Amino acid sequence: MSLHTLSVLVENKPGVLARVAGLFSRRGFNIDSLAVGPTEVEEISRMTIVVSVDDLPLEQVTKQLNKLVNVLKIVELAPPGAVQRELLLVKVRADAKIRTHVLETVELFRAHVVDVGVDVVTIEATGPAEKLTALLGALAPYGIKEIAQSGVVALGRGSRSIAGPAGLRSIERSA
Amino acid sequence: MSAPPAGDDRSCTGAQAMVRSLESLGVDVVFGIPGGAILPAYDPLYDSTTVRHILVRHEQGAGHAAEGYAQATGRVGVCIATSGPGATNLVTPIADAYMDSVPIVAITGQVGRALIGTDAFQEADICGITMPITKHNFLVQDPADIASTMAEAFHIASTGRPGPVLVDLPKDVLQATTSFNWPPTLGLPGYRPTLRPHTKQIREAARAMASARRPVLYIGGGVLKAHATAQLRELVELTGIPVVTTLMARGAFPDSDERHLGMPGMHGCVTAVTALQKADLLIALGTRFDDRVTGKLSTFAPGAAVIHADIDPAEISKNRTADVPIVGDCREVLAALIPAVSAEYAARERTDLSGWWRQIDRWRATYPLGYEWPADGALAPQYVVQRLGEIVGPDAIYVAGVGQHQMWAAQFIRYERPYTWLNSGGLGTMGYAVPAAMGAKTGRPDATVWAIDGDGCFQMTNQELATCALEGIPIKVAIINNGNLGMVRQWQALFYDERYSNTRLGTIADSGGTVRVPDFVALAESLGCVGLRCESRDDVDATIEKAMGVNDAPVVCEFVVGQDAQVWPMVPAGTSNDEILAARDVRPSYDEDAV
Repeated sequence: MSLHTLSVLVENKPGVLARVAGLFSRRGFNIDSLAVGPTEVEEISRMTIVVSVDDLPLEQVTKQLNKLVNVLKIVELAPPGAVQRELLLVKVRADAKIRTHVLETVELFRAHVVDVGVDVVTIEATGPAEKLTALLGALAPYGIKEIAQSGVVALGRGSRSIAGPAGLRSIERSA
Repeated sequence: MSAPPAGDDRSCTGAQAMVRSLESLGVDVVFGIPGGAILPAYDPLYDSTTVRHILVRHEQGAGHAAEGYAQATGRVGVCIATSGPGATNLVTPIADAYMDSVPIVAITGQVGRALIGTDAFQEADICGITMPITKHNFLVQDPADIASTMAEAFHIASTGRPGPVLVDLPKDVLQATTSFNWPPTLGLPGYRPTLRPHTKQIREAARAMASARRPVLYIGGGVLKAHATAQLRELVELTGIPVVTTLMARGAFPDSDERHLGMPGMHGCVTAVTALQKADLLIALGTRFDDRVTGKLSTFAPGAAVIHADIDPAEISKNRTADVPIVGDCREVLAALIPAVSAEYAARERTDLSGWWRQIDRWRATYPLGYEWPADGALAPQYVVQRLGEIVGPDAIYVAGVGQHQMWAAQFIRYERPYTWLNSGGLGTMGYAVPAAMGAKTGRPDATVWAIDGDGCFQMTNQELATCALEGIPIKVAIINNGNLGMVRQWQALFYDERYSNTRLGTIADSGGTVRVPDFVALAESLGCVGLRCESRDDVDATIEKAMGVNDAPVVCEFVVGQDAQVWPMVPAGTSNDEILAARDVRPSYDEDAV
């Protein structure tokens, strides 16, 4: 099994997330992460789904997704040709004795402190999964109190976009 | 047409918009039951002069009737139910329509918008419940969307790979004032079925067909959905390639044609199953390599290359990898294949299929479809089904339930025309036959419609005979009564050491003093039907003929048959098609065949 990142344009309608999530579960496909957000066109949302499957089932996933009436377009965004990012918020123990060390680690990973408490700091970091894993590894000795992490979002590199030169509006209109 | 409120001609209620949409879509009949949430829709429906509403006795009956109507006519079938239990009673027929790609639209009432999510009286999230078993569904939130949603629902149900679509209408949306504009604009940017096959793939398929030595046309229900039977015939005339028709495709190619080998699959005939196993090329059209056809998948047609054409891209290479995948409507695919194969024949020497045919004919001669009479002198169910087909003829529509009688009806009736065989293939829904026959008869009132049912199936949905009697829908029902859940009993006989756990239904009187419960003849009569009973071979023809003479009321013929009759041939579940048994303990031998 390997991880594949699918970028899925869907109509921004109620229930679409349930349709997509339900499809994965009933066809026995494992979602590794899922992120949904708006696009430059109000009527269209973009889902980034990381799915853990072999190549042949991946073809099935894509075909089944395409059958959903609210799904407009699917592309796979593999790492060399695409930028992938996740967002991590992590609350780490940082009392006076170790605070300097924690802040050094934050610097090293080009992360930011977004909240400071008496004996904790909350750190924000973005990056590919490997970087965030490494950061967590570096922070672990100080004592991680809480983690919140987003799913992967991804965009293809270069000037090409998922919708092609005509843009998302053309997809929305091509009934 | 329901009367619009005075003043603006286009101003109407949501309910009126729904009924006018049905009228504008050309719907002539809907099957349903009113209830609280859907009640606003029933008021304008009362006035409609073009939409006939048939009041069923259970919503499951409405759903199967819509399916039967759709399968017999090719038009979209419509069923209506109220919210909550009304809607959940539609779940089985919706799932059935999903599995067999039947175009139906289910309209359900929903609690008012303000009550959604509050566990209100008769509230059920029917869109959520039916998400995995509909092609698509809609919860209409704005009365202005009713007309466009109805049009979209019919469009989605009937195009591409057909299937069920559900439209959920909250009560206050039906009651609200809106305007009705027809035709509405469809907003389905993500729905674009591919109909035209790719030319390159067609050329490749034609090349493979012209050079194959042991080709078989593996025909599925998609050929019927695409109205492609004439094109199929033309292709067979051109190529002389043997044809098998799956359970869902019976009638797509005439049984009387000698190039037709019959039905493949778990209870298919030896010749059809074996031809697939020994083929070097499968031309699979509108079929999905279902496990009941392939047996153990890894051993299915091991030496065959596969051309697979289907309108649903997700079916291609889902179960068996296709060497030549073709996405497209079967009629377009066949229409493109015919000239492409002709061109191949013109361009090079054509492969001689006579050796393949000699082999096939040898299997056909050695392992014909047959049955034995029960040793205890009981009536053979296969004989009843066979005589029914012979007496009633190929113009009638035969609708089966699920189980042994279904398999016998698929095996022993000769289907000559498309849309004369209706059954629940994918989901295997017991209780399908009576309501589906009602729907078929409604859609094709001039056709003779026979439901062939088992005593188990019949007891699940026979209440719709009351509907048939009162609405003037004179279907005919043959109950093949063996007093048991016959197919389950067969498996218990074969695989569970003859331990008949909970399969005896008690519908046959026996010498031990058991009375028949129910008495099907009395039950039929109480439901407003003519009831006939036949218990011996000598009475079979007369009973069928008597039933054929009754045309002003539904008829129920109970045929009391032996309980030990079994469906053969059989490929035991999960085993290879090579393990097919022609009859109990009879394994075909292919030793003499040089493959």
